[in-house]
Amino acid sequence: MINKKLDRKADIQILDGNHAAALGAKLSRVQVIAAYPITPQSPVTESLSEFVEGGDLHAEYIAVESEHSAMAVCTSASLVGARTFTATSSHGLAYMHEMLHWVAGTRLPVVLACVNRAIGAPWNVQNDQQDSISQRDTGWIQIYARNNQEILDSVIQAYKIAESVYVPVMVCYDGYILSHTEMPVDVPSQGDVDRFLPPYKPHAILDPANPRNYNLVTLANPRVNADGILCHGYMEIRYLLQEALQKSRETIINVGQEFGKLFARSYANMFWEDRLDDAEIVIVAMGSLAMEATVAVDMLREEGHRVGVLSLRVFRPFPKDYLIEALSKARLIVVFDKNISYGSEGATCSEIKSALYGNRINAVIRNFIVGLGGRDVKAREIADAVRKSLPSLEEGGPNIEYPEWICHM
Amino acid sequence: MTYPSKERYHEFTPYVKIYLTIGIVGMVQKSFIDTKLYEIRWHGRGGQGAITAAKIIAQAAYLNGYNGVTAAPSFGAERRGAPVSASTRISPQTVMVMSQVEKPNVVVVLDDTLLKDPDTTSGLNSEGWLVVNSQHHPEELKCYGDFNIASADATSVCQELGLIVSGLTVVNTAILGALIRATEIVDMASLEKVIRERFSNKTIDINLAAITKTYEITKLHKMR
Repeated sequence: MINKKLDRKADIQILDGNHAAALGAKLSRVQVIAAYPITPQSPVTESLSEFVEGGDLHAEYIAVESEHSAMAVCTSASLVGARTFTATSSHGLAYMHEMLHWVAGTRLPVVLACVNRAIGAPWNVQNDQQDSISQRDTGWIQIYARNNQEILDSVIQAYKIAESVYVPVMVCYDGYILSHTEMPVDVPSQGDVDRFLPPYKPHAILDPANPRNYNLVTLANPRVNADGILCHGYMEIRYLLQEALQKSRETIINVGQEFGKLFARSYANMFWEDRLDDAEIVIVAMGSLAMEATVAVDMLREEGHRVGVLSLRVFRPFPKDYLIEALSKARLIVVFDKNISYGSEGATCSEIKSALYGNRINAVIRNFIVGLGGRDVKAREIADAVRKSLPSLEEGGPNIEYPEWICHM
Repeated sequence: MTYPSKERYHEFTPYVKIYLTIGIVGMVQKSFIDTKLYEIRWHGRGGQGAITAAKIIAQAAYLNGYNGVTAAPSFGAERRGAPVSASTRISPQTVMVMSQVEKPNVVVVLDDTLLKDPDTTSGLNSEGWLVVNSQHHPEELKCYGDFNIASADATSVCQELGLIVSGLTVVNTAILGALIRATEIVDMASLEKVIRERFSNKTIDINLAAITKTYEITKLHKMR
């Protein structure tokens, strides 16, 4: 049924990432937007308020005094059945942290665009992924975009995913590198997006005619409620959240495939593969860094190294078993992280290691911390890090315990 | 900007197809000539419009048939009057390089006092162009490097035309005339189309005049 013919000509616009995100929300016909501006996310909120003001988008734009309030408004709006959007970055996301847990726990399909930016101290307004990685345990699905096309497409898909599995979705993209860089984006028509994404039918709404309570104090054990019905305890409710995220992997793939059929841009997997077929060395990266990594692969392939890139698109739920086949031929995996779990290593490196455990893939894993606070990461630096790791390919393990940093230390 | 998608192409009548094909071949021809990645770095002062110029040329290049274009400001905070920079990448294929431009083919300078900073021309490669808004002839700019130089007094052109916003002469469109005179990176028709899309009716003609006039007065100094 989704195979209907496109009703449009390709509409290529040269857009920066923030406008791509705002257009994605507009095309998704969001009904309530509550956001607080923060660099480098501000143009998202500006564009959306202009759409609403100009009558191009029939939505409530609610100006709030903080990000915590923004997410509180999104919670309430979603509870009464509205399709809800917000966007933030860095300290804004950190300030929202408490409400992120509330939204996921309440199983509300809110979509948030996170423009990845470093977190203080010291003050820095530039890109890394520490902000969203710090929110990985809140129960949100996290999708990372490599370019502006993926930002727009991911916001639209995010609603379909969130409203199928009742888990909120965070669409993350690199501050400045994508948010402020213009590139060609194929903007789908409203008609096609409507065909892909029907109006939101909430599973339960607050309604004055049918009063109910949400999020009462819920003790650990199941308890009988006032109507004599045995209700879940806190732990059962939390189990269901984990189960929803586990199962959401199939939904994410199905939604991506459906999107691909209609818009001729397939999102058929939770990660992207570049030249992995014969690769014994695999670079792992997430976000725009994965684009730069393909240029490093061009360089390394010219030198005769069999290298490819595995680019993580979905970080939560982590596509553990789905990765195994793609990594099965790897003998050396070089993971680049624009984040770090201090005292341990880069977050995606830990995930890759955990995914491989017990799957008989005997690859050495090297981890490089790069690009924190907007430090430029050049293709040649990625290639250098891979070259530096080559002895591991000859000698094999053991893994180096802590990550290496590409910086002046 | 709207283009027919591949799917739609088959729906057109044969006559339309022929014209479309001529058009598309014409567009693609340019990309057969320039298969390399163009990297342009812009230097100006906050308020001169360097970032807008970077975006305009990216749009025009896309219209010219280049599939890969990116335009970005230098990342971080900007202030009026302070040095700012921006970059444009232009390629027949999708641009995969997202890091900052290190070795530009072209450096465009909107204010010649910025030439005092050696960083302005850093990395400019030997067949590249330095395009400067200056009253001075290219040879008089005291820029000694292994690159070609073009200069034009875009400021005077803009002042004559009244391209002044809040007391600041906005030379960003005018300097595009010098850029395409030196590099032929995009054609005038594509540039005009972008100007007509981006600017309000009142300011289209004056900006186009600034481009044309600057194009005419640009002085070129080739290394060989």
